[in-house]
Amino acid sequence: MPRPGFVLDVDRSTPPILFHHGEGFRLERLPAGRSRVIYPAEPLEPLKNPDAAIRHALLNPIGESEPLPALLRPGMRLTIAFDDISLPLPPMKRPDIRQRVIEAVLELAAAAGVDDVMLIAALALHRRMTEAELRHAVGDRVYDAFAPQGLLLNHDAEDPDNLLFIGTTDKGEEVEINRRAAESDLIVYVNINLVSMDGGWKSTATGLASYRSLRHHHNVRTMRHSKSFMDRHASELHSANWRMGKVLRDSGVKVFQIETTMNNDVFGTEGPMSVLQKREWEWSLSDRISMAGMKTALDLMPQRTRRQIFQNWQAPHAMTSVQAGEVEAVHELTTANVFKQHLVPVEGQTDILTMGLPYISPYNVNSILNPILVACLGLGYFFNLYRGRPPVREGGVLIMSHPTPWEFHPVHHPSYIDFFEQVLSETTDPIRIEAEFEKSFATDEWYRHLYRTSHAYHGVHPFYMWYWCAHALQHLGEVIIVGGDVRAVRRLGFKPASTLQDALEMASDVVGRDATITHIHNPPILMADVH
Amino acid sequence: MKALRFERSPARFAAANLASRLSPGGGAKIGPLRLRTIDPPRLPGPGWVEVQPRLAGICGSDLATIDARSSRYFEPIVSFPFVPGHEVVADLAAPFGDLPAGRVVIEPVLGCATRGIDPVCAACARGDLGNCERIAFGAIEPGLQSGFCCDTGGGWSTRMVAHGSQLHPVPTDWSDEAAVMVEPTACAVHGALAADVAEGDLVVVLGSGALGLLTIAALRRFGRPCTIMAVAKHPTQHRLALALGADTVVLPRELTRAVRRASDSLALGDGDIIRLTGGADHVIDCVGSEQSVTDALAVVRPRGRVTMVGMPGHVHVDLTGLWQREIVLAGAYAYGTETLPSGERRRTFDLAFDLVGAADLGRLVSATYPLAQYEQAIAHAAAAGARGAVRIAFDLRNEKERDRA
Repeated sequence: MPRPGFVLDVDRSTPPILFHHGEGFRLERLPAGRSRVIYPAEPLEPLKNPDAAIRHALLNPIGESEPLPALLRPGMRLTIAFDDISLPLPPMKRPDIRQRVIEAVLELAAAAGVDDVMLIAALALHRRMTEAELRHAVGDRVYDAFAPQGLLLNHDAEDPDNLLFIGTTDKGEEVEINRRAAESDLIVYVNINLVSMDGGWKSTATGLASYRSLRHHHNVRTMRHSKSFMDRHASELHSANWRMGKVLRDSGVKVFQIETTMNNDVFGTEGPMSVLQKREWEWSLSDRISMAGMKTALDLMPQRTRRQIFQNWQAPHAMTSVQAGEVEAVHELTTANVFKQHLVPVEGQTDILTMGLPYISPYNVNSILNPILVACLGLGYFFNLYRGRPPVREGGVLIMSHPTPWEFHPVHHPSYIDFFEQVLSETTDPIRIEAEFEKSFATDEWYRHLYRTSHAYHGVHPFYMWYWCAHALQHLGEVIIVGGDVRAVRRLGFKPASTLQDALEMASDVVGRDATITHIHNPPILMADVH
Repeated sequence: MKALRFERSPARFAAANLASRLSPGGGAKIGPLRLRTIDPPRLPGPGWVEVQPRLAGICGSDLATIDARSSRYFEPIVSFPFVPGHEVVADLAAPFGDLPAGRVVIEPVLGCATRGIDPVCAACARGDLGNCERIAFGAIEPGLQSGFCCDTGGGWSTRMVAHGSQLHPVPTDWSDEAAVMVEPTACAVHGALAADVAEGDLVVVLGSGALGLLTIAALRRFGRPCTIMAVAKHPTQHRLALALGADTVVLPRELTRAVRRASDSLALGDGDIIRLTGGADHVIDCVGSEQSVTDALAVVRPRGRVTMVGMPGHVHVDLTGLWQREIVLAGAYAYGTETLPSGERRRTFDLAFDLVGAADLGRLVSATYPLAQYEQAIAHAAAAGARGAVRIAFDLRNEKERDRA
């Protein structure tokens, strides 16, 4: 029986706490008597027979939906859309969940005589997946059967011939999605719900949408009214997607949603990385030796080698649930299953929140976690992993640990470079950035060309990363990065500190000397349920 | 009198060149520049008068000369030994012609009038003194400017001579620092107007040392409305570039991407830019190095114009792009008479006086040194940007020899 997540009050006997630090680690001693550490739950038991569970879900849908075989018929147009490279994190060991689900769907489609099938990576404004990445996601068998015929594609949000304007919501939000999907008799969406933000109408209304449509909810106002965007019922991001979902449904777009959840077995139970899955006071002698050896070796390696090692890591996380059918009903159950793994009850807020940022975020798989993504990972994703209230009070201080190198992947993130050099050098205010700079980046011909023909994120994507930080930037009194490139940290508008002790000293200027501290021990992922 | 004198000495030239590779300005220590006690220059003829320098600036061409990095192109148009210093505010002890006694700024270009050549050449007749075709002829030895001619002396001394046509009275309420900025400002005004920027153009100013900053100010005051993108290495330069009228300021390594965005250009390369397909309408190069010329050609659009305001030397540059993109590469040396966008013709020095006053350019003089500390002065000037400075000058006002004969 896996142990639930819990909150540890730090006392003098508490050992140094692990902080992820990019492609490395720091062991930090938190002040006794005023610090607490939120630990994630241990990995939930996986489904014993995932393929059988998938088949069961397809045949026994939730909500107002017929079983999948009843929706399939000869001569129909079927589009299978699936989550892209941003999920799961880190990429999972083969077979990927998407492969299992897609193979099951295709088996039923074949049995029903459906021969017009298209597979689409629902990447919205993310970069196009490479052949290797697609093969990993859908499996070689599916790839070889569809890709050579042009039936396995990356969604292109800038292809005017393959977008369809559907209508507007009651709040004037334009809904425009992939034409092939919209004109299909059925969209089967294959989802991986790594966190509670994923899934629901966000899958189709965001994953298959155009910039014209996305800009209505990927903006500063929406993000500041999403508290948090991990909690659908308190998230304007989700409300907007749900309104768009209604427009899709009312226009006749039919979606059969398949959502899966996974446990947080990120580092496994064997090998040197397994120590990262454990709580520090339970580290055995071999765990300590393993950590010391790993730290020393990583410190000696060139950055490029370290990055390669970590990016090659494939997690053993396993499926814990699968549900299919009508979008909203499916998503309610999915969210409950995600929460079973992630939610940790937490009492009240503290003055300071600390976090160690790992090497990966949704937008740098096989790539570089550039400074903008560092900000987004900390202030966007980790900060928003709460329900109720943030674990840090308004006006409090966020201390993040990450090397924050001034380094970018030019192929994947060309507009990020310009955003960092030309926008953040002018202002870090999300409102000004949105008003003065977004349009020119979003409509830039070169970025559009690179997004469509190479493997670049869309020109507007770095703006979204900054908007993702907007709620935290508004909530916090100060942001400090420990161990980061000083110039890069300052360009982000944050304060650099060389050690955690320095950072706590700096934080005392904002929140006083006896400030209380919460450390979120993530990854593996947890979500603070703050009362 | 005391003077810094530049002497012809091949061995010292070689040593200066070597020293400057180790440390810019290093040529001052072992090169051909020496602090000497010499006789004041004699008056070359009627129309000439002695003046006593108060402040004399150290400009990029002086530094190149001291570090023996300047081109041998200059050899026939300078005369050794010479006292450098062509950015000069000086005292005129007694009324001279129409000029009252008082402070004067020297317009150092040695055109036909100063050489006693009559009739003057076509360029001088047009008022384009910088293009004078007689700079090695006439009553004085070769020298393109005061400060490079053995007969005139230069500002890095307590006495020099100047032709009456070279003297401009300084407004009584001006500081010496403002006055000493008139000559470099005139160079910048000429460069900015020579570029002939059209309304709405994107203009890149490469380099935000004194010349670059003054060019930005000149573009803003006398040019047509345009977008100015300045390239600055150092924080002080960045701040001043914005204060003097740049719309954006970028670091050198950010230039190509910034121009691409500002010009809505496409680019060759998969995220990293190999080459722009478009670019800026104008690039004004206020550096004059191999790198700056290369950068200029890389970011100017097809049929755009690169104007060289900073003094270049021998540079190794691939001109294929210039050919294929039909780029105009033009020089802009010194000053004379300008045609303003309105069509009005004005002396460059008059415009420079106007700009120095309007933009408070005296603030760009960051530090002054006595002649005896010339090595420190040169070192400071050579590292001005990195040390948060703009213009370094010699201060002759308190030199003991100043009041001796």
